[in-house]
Amino acid sequence: MNLMKYKLFYFVFSMLLILPGLYFLLTSGLKLGIDFTGGALLEYKFEKSLDKNELREVVEKNGVEVGQINDSGDKTYIIRTKPLDQEKIKEIKKSLNDNFGKLEERREEFVGPVIGSEVSQKAIYALALASLMIVLYITFSFRKVPKPASSFRFGIAAIVALLHDVLLVIGVFAILGKFLGVEVDTLFVTALLTIIGFSVHDTIVVFDRIRENFLKNLGGKFETVANISVTQTLARSLNTSLTVVFVLVALLLFGGETIKWFVVALLVGIISGTYSSIFNATALLVWWEEKLGH
Amino acid sequence: MRSRYVLWIIVILTLLAILIDSPKLPALNLLGKTYQLEFPLKLGLDLQGGTQLILSTEMDRIDSENRDTALESAREVIERRVNLFGVSEAQVISSKIGEQRRIVVELPGLQDASAAAELVGKTAQLDFREMVGTPSAEATQSAQALFDTFKPTGLTGADLNKAQVTFGAVQGGRSGPQVAIEFTAEGAEKFAEITKRNVGKPLAMFLDDVPISWPPPTVEQEIVGGSAVITGQFSAEEAKNLAVQLNAGALPVPIKILEQRHIGPTLGQESVNKSLIAGGIGLLVVVIFMVSYYGLLGLTASAALVIYTLLVLAIFKTGLFILPPITLTLAGIAGFILSIGMAVDANILIFERMKEEIRWGKGKMVALELGFKRAWTSIWASNVSSLITAIILYTLGTSIVRGFAVTLAIGVLVSMFTAYVVTRTFLRLIIR
Repeated sequence: MNLMKYKLFYFVFSMLLILPGLYFLLTSGLKLGIDFTGGALLEYKFEKSLDKNELREVVEKNGVEVGQINDSGDKTYIIRTKPLDQEKIKEIKKSLNDNFGKLEERREEFVGPVIGSEVSQKAIYALALASLMIVLYITFSFRKVPKPASSFRFGIAAIVALLHDVLLVIGVFAILGKFLGVEVDTLFVTALLTIIGFSVHDTIVVFDRIRENFLKNLGGKFETVANISVTQTLARSLNTSLTVVFVLVALLLFGGETIKWFVVALLVGIISGTYSSIFNATALLVWWEEKLGH
Repeated sequence: MRSRYVLWIIVILTLLAILIDSPKLPALNLLGKTYQLEFPLKLGLDLQGGTQLILSTEMDRIDSENRDTALESAREVIERRVNLFGVSEAQVISSKIGEQRRIVVELPGLQDASAAAELVGKTAQLDFREMVGTPSAEATQSAQALFDTFKPTGLTGADLNKAQVTFGAVQGGRSGPQVAIEFTAEGAEKFAEITKRNVGKPLAMFLDDVPISWPPPTVEQEIVGGSAVITGQFSAEEAKNLAVQLNAGALPVPIKILEQRHIGPTLGQESVNKSLIAGGIGLLVVVIFMVSYYGLLGLTASAALVIYTLLVLAIFKTGLFILPPITLTLAGIAGFILSIGMAVDANILIFERMKEEIRWGKGKMVALELGFKRAWTSIWASNVSSLITAIILYTLGTSIVRGFAVTLAIGVLVSMFTAYVVTRTFLRLIIR
């Protein structure tokens, strides 16, 4: 099996996957949840199913700007608005009570704009810091990699694979936000950081095998060594991904509404991570070697 | 053989974990005393329901060197209010992010979010009250009615300059801690007037409508000069607290609600149930996959995975008796379930390596040892990168993210032990 022969095809394939998401990311952006923008989120369960437009009208009568109303199933609705104070929430609840009968409070969240912008800053900072630490770590732990390879290239290739996964997930959520109104929140950032961890975890396993095979001096070109290494670790890469995908699918099916999109982000990222560690990170190393030499 | 000792350690650890994980332990009877050992799982607000508030303090009007004290006073005032409100296990934490001073209030189980916001959002108010008329018959019966016979004098915390602990003669000629208060010029005038018309009568101090130092001291003569001493049966600690509280009243820090999250009890309970089911199913599917793909090896890995689950749960519950118990949030549970899928990764690495070694003509025992030895560098390198992510998540994250980071880190560390040491010990004993 010569997997490395088609490396240009992999790059094109990844581009095709990422571009649509990137397009929507640049044109309409991510749909930011109240964790980032500030605002209020009210989740109530009613005694009967309601018409969303009617619900909106009743809430808006209180002079509240309503962003979005989602039906989260089982007579439960999520209402998103601009920031509200406690008095307003009371008023809204009263008018809902008057119009639709008894309601059960499931969630009332209010985030001020200060906290929101702080969260965004922290998220970007965390993603950047994690990427940097990982390049440093890989460069350090692969420092003994024999010539002609250089440990710095391993670090960069791992980061490219990681960016691939992060971009893909962000792109998918830009599309989901555009068409299904899916919002990103703090949990989404957590998912991204987990994906970074997993992506690098996966890449390191492949790289570690390349290093080992180099030390064994199998001879031949870099491409041959890389190809042997990828083939040898293929079963492991697929099986590990599978076990993780199994538990994630279980979480998606049975884990409830609150973490649904968190799990979707993880699923996309984990699958992409497995793909990119083989077809992007390793292929990039081979391409780099061919084009630029040592 | 060494594996035997390791096996015993594993068995003991597993039994301990089962003991800790079981919901209710039988009471222990030791030397005539009964000990009830119980390790409840600490659930975050998003799982048990409750209200969380993040408050900002506005320090513009306060000198920069006094800001930390003001923050601490504000925190104590809020804590006292929360305790008066009767919320169990409430937490009031002050935090400083750059120049921003904040107070985080967690009220588990509290259902009335608006009451919480009102309770916490009010500014501490000290106020002096005089008795109007004579107490009615009813007032001698109930404390509340007695409080009601005291009416505000118009002298409040805003007229207070500062309060501090001093030592001096208290009742009965003994010496003890007392609280000296000092009024502003305007306050001193008001105070002189109030004491003049109340000679021989009690004058009470109320903080946020609750009297401090009860029964109230009796005014002995008109007090001029703007300073007074509050005497009572104080311990040094109580006197200090009172001084701090009075200062909080005298130095009101305006408080603003930055963030408020209220989770109803049903949502949390549903989340727990659903996650448990999802986790169980996930675990089962992984076990089925491992056994059908790797046979006996997979079975051993599955046993190690079950031990992993037990150990991690036990660590959540006890914090290993060193760390505080880990508060489990929804993201934390998701992280834990995710880690079940990732925990077998080391085993898969090892087993694939063993298969290769066998393919290259090594004997079973040799392949076993080589598989473990040669897979180690990959396991170590990849897990270190996961730990790096977990540490960054922890240092930068909010409380939700932190919960996730802690469970991730514990998962990585424990899985290295179970997937490597436990599986190897089992296999060494099985394959001979």
